[in-house]
Amino acid sequence: MGKRIGMEVAVAASEAAALCRFDMAAVYPITPQSHIAEHLSDIVNDGRVDASFMTVESEHSALSAVIGASAAGARVITATSSQGLMYMNEIMPIASGMRLPIVMLVANRAVSSPINIWNDHSDIMPMRDTGWVTFFSDNGQEAVDMVIQAYKVAERRDVMLPVNVMMDGFQLTHMVEPLIMPDQEEVDRFLPPLVPYATLHPDKPVSMGTLGMPDIFTESQKSKDVALINSISVIREVWKEWEELFGRKYEPVQTYLTEDADVALVTMGSMGETAEVAVDELRKEGIKAGLIKIKLWRPFPFEDLKNAVKGIRVLAVTDRAVSFGGPGGPVCSEIRSALYDEPSRPVIVNYIIGLGGRDVQVADFMTMVKKAAAGKLSEPYEYYGVRG
Amino acid sequence: MTTSTISPKIIENFDLYAPKLVSKEEFFSPGHRACQGCAEALAIRLMCKALGRDTVITNATGCMEVISSLYPTTAWNLPWIHVAFPNAASVGSGVEAGLKALRRKGRIPDKRVKSVAIGGDGGTMDIGFQALSGAMERGHDLLYVCFDNEAYMNTGIQRSSGTPFLAATTTAPAGKVIPGNQVWKKNVMEIMVAHNLPYVATASPAYPIDFMNKVKKAREVNGPAYVHCLVTCPTGWRSPSDTAIQLGRLAWETGVFPIYEVEDGKYRYTLPVPEKRRPVEDYMKGQGRFRHVTPDQIKVIQERVDVEWEALRLKVENSQSRTEIRERLKK
Repeated sequence: MGKRIGMEVAVAASEAAALCRFDMAAVYPITPQSHIAEHLSDIVNDGRVDASFMTVESEHSALSAVIGASAAGARVITATSSQGLMYMNEIMPIASGMRLPIVMLVANRAVSSPINIWNDHSDIMPMRDTGWVTFFSDNGQEAVDMVIQAYKVAERRDVMLPVNVMMDGFQLTHMVEPLIMPDQEEVDRFLPPLVPYATLHPDKPVSMGTLGMPDIFTESQKSKDVALINSISVIREVWKEWEELFGRKYEPVQTYLTEDADVALVTMGSMGETAEVAVDELRKEGIKAGLIKIKLWRPFPFEDLKNAVKGIRVLAVTDRAVSFGGPGGPVCSEIRSALYDEPSRPVIVNYIIGLGGRDVQVADFMTMVKKAAAGKLSEPYEYYGVRG
Repeated sequence: MTTSTISPKIIENFDLYAPKLVSKEEFFSPGHRACQGCAEALAIRLMCKALGRDTVITNATGCMEVISSLYPTTAWNLPWIHVAFPNAASVGSGVEAGLKALRRKGRIPDKRVKSVAIGGDGGTMDIGFQALSGAMERGHDLLYVCFDNEAYMNTGIQRSSGTPFLAATTTAPAGKVIPGNQVWKKNVMEIMVAHNLPYVATASPAYPIDFMNKVKKAREVNGPAYVHCLVTCPTGWRSPSDTAIQLGRLAWETGVFPIYEVEDGKYRYTLPVPEKRRPVEDYMKGQGRFRHVTPDQIKVIQERVDVEWEALRLKVENSQSRTEIRERLKK
């Protein structure tokens, strides 16, 4: 049984990767991912994991290098943030198209300009359609658990897709949190050694990443889509197994006091913890508030969401990124679209919050809920707390 | 007849006999979709023969990936991967890092498998340049072979940093005011030498044995190596498809593309040096991309080639290997 410790989350997430006995890592430093890069190198240089460690010259090369190693049959890891993730963008759909079980940790950070090193989700949102399984962690424990779960999901023969694990930059990565670090024996029991589907080796030559003409390209795209959609059942299975072994429950959509809720907040990432406190405070004031936390961004958990919103009158969706030009927040767009065909659905309002590290406190979430209870904002989506 | 008179004769005829020693095994199969007279496809076939079976190829996006891997067919009888345009060196170094770890951990057979990355001039000298520098600097057991046909041929003959001065391309056309490419070809060889690589060489499939020997030598290096191979592109050079080899030879005979190697820092010619270099015009006149070049402009090019040739000759004459320098310093 793992023991309860206090550890910086970036370090803990790297330790979780070490428990997965990765064979190869490639990293390029960027704030606030840098502690992950540093700690992974500590692990390898201290000989705690037998792996090749590459300090590459860019994030583009980091993802490219782990693709090479993964194609050779190695269990790989990389990590990045913000501009680094944007720089990887070209290679991300290739990793999923080639069906390589890569795991990447993302310390979420704002995207320039203006340059800003603090946390929001504007780095991962443009990557939404690259075909990766995307987990959002709320706290250090979830970050640790999700890294280990990520390998299991990615490497399942009926998935074979890259997985990235979101952890909010600074707000999670740089916090020392109490968490239970699983021990090696437990992780070994949970995560079997990687058995790659095909590898680059002269004993059985294969060609990977070939040219797809119009007669085959649509089929290739559909097969990736189907694989990603179907991965949700594997993710559920893996999370169920995790719960049985480790006693911590994971669901694609996690609800808090939604059964009788009148107004519910929707969050992704670390702000869910703050929102939870706000819900408690609102309940004390007699307001029937609830909270829906989305843990699985891709594949999108449509059914879980539909079940979670049953009976709720107003849904206040918070977004930590903007889809510029009118749609508002990407999470809210997704939720509106997910609920459009439902016979009865809540009124949906959208707040843009916490951009570039702007603090959002308990009182702010309480204000948002109270305002949303009217069922309408003065604008289609509101930049909460914006000046001017 | 004494031995001394026989040996030069044997060396003279080396090219006649050596092909018999070349492996009959084909790792780059016929039936691919390269243009007629493509020297790059020929060079790849020769490279694969020199590399042998225990090789993994990482191919940058470009003609060779397009012509060889049209799903569900493949021309490759070696493990082969293509990911994108700028990252062959990064993917190839990742392949090497992965194989190394797996071999050490006993998860794959315990034998040396060489990771080889290949790309065109654009994929190597322009968009892939950062990745190339990074991979070479990190010291992977990686061979990078650049197949330089001096423009972005796959996308339709646009200029790259490998395009020669005044050559007409679709983005540096021979216009009424500006006559083709306005800058000199980038000397990527010198940049590779500056990375202190154990082995750097230029080559041409017009000299197949020399090229294959260099690939073999580079393969044996337990570390990074770079081979820069000039390959005629009849489509892009606007040259007849039966002159690919002839133009390759003229590139060396005129000194436009010197063929040499730099081993451990020591420069060396690898072919018999022509006593008198032919004028650059002989190389240029067979190519439509130079059709617009005036006699005065040819003089400018000739002067540049003369200077570069001399600069290289001085290096061949004066350079010492790091090992020689080390020994000298010890004394």
